[in-house]
Amino acid sequence: MAKTILGTKIGMSQVWSDDDRLIPVTVIEAGPCVISQLKTAKRDGYEAIQLAYGDIKPKKVNRPMKGHFAKAKVDPKRYIAEARLTEGETFKIGQEIKVDIFEPGVLVDVIGTSKGKGFAGVMKRHNFHGGPGGHGSHFHRAPGSIGMCATPSRVHKGMKLPGHMGSETVTVKNLEVIKVDPEQNLLVVKGAVPGGKGGLLVIRAR
Amino acid sequence: MNRIKALEAQSLRDDLPAFQVGDNVKVSYKVVEGTRERVQIFQGVIIRRHGAGARETFTVRKISFAVGVERTFPVHSPKIMNVEIVSRGKVRRAKLYFLRDKIGKAARLKEKRF
Repeated sequence: MAKTILGTKIGMSQVWSDDDRLIPVTVIEAGPCVISQLKTAKRDGYEAIQLAYGDIKPKKVNRPMKGHFAKAKVDPKRYIAEARLTEGETFKIGQEIKVDIFEPGVLVDVIGTSKGKGFAGVMKRHNFHGGPGGHGSHFHRAPGSIGMCATPSRVHKGMKLPGHMGSETVTVKNLEVIKVDPEQNLLVVKGAVPGGKGGLLVIRAR
Repeated sequence: MNRIKALEAQSLRDDLPAFQVGDNVKVSYKVVEGTRERVQIFQGVIIRRHGAGARETFTVRKISFAVGVERTFPVHSPKIMNVEIVSRGKVRRAKLYFLRDKIGKAARLKEKRF
């Protein structure tokens, strides 16, 4: 589980596979991350490493975080995230994790924050069909009936209604790693990943 | 964006002739049938070039048995064996969609000397 790295989405492209097929890919700048803390079963109740990633101006680091990074003797970073450890894995504080922990062909999960869509109606948010556009119809994009009458005289919980859409954590599973470039810290995975360009991503081996 | 360009640069081809919209071309395209491979030739007029970098495509239109057929190829596809420019057309626009509405003699382009 510790094969985890933080990264930034750069954008999408296409590459040719070995059998000359075009495959859609996302280019991710992944790492390098430093381990800024070790969580132990004795003290924290679980085994994990804390990964720090991303440049930040020293001026922008607040005092608690400055102290936290000073304790680990690593430079302050913009983002931190944890990765749980399985039995028998050993890491050191200050150890650098680079994109070469992955190799082409392995499957990864990518976690990110989806693009915010604001307050969205039911057609966009829940894929309702909506009504006819014309022919005297006055029913276009509304949700329609949301329940019965005197029984139950309330709306059931979980009813699909308009509301805020997007800006939520989304995990895309089983993306194939197409290419790894440790020199430029680039990771190329097949398919789309959540969020816009420049968004923070967590890439985790299956 | 530049890093994507750099990545795409590795798969760009520069061995094909510089074909343009309006050119009459013969595209030799590798087709895999089961285990056998053969080269298929598609000849027609390029009516559009679309996209950029490794994602660029071009569309060739021809009339086959009185039916218009259009086929889109990625410019940098490894499956393209060769693009032979038969003649160059004199055109004034980037997309020749107007050819779709023209039949027979009207669908010809004036030839450009090259």
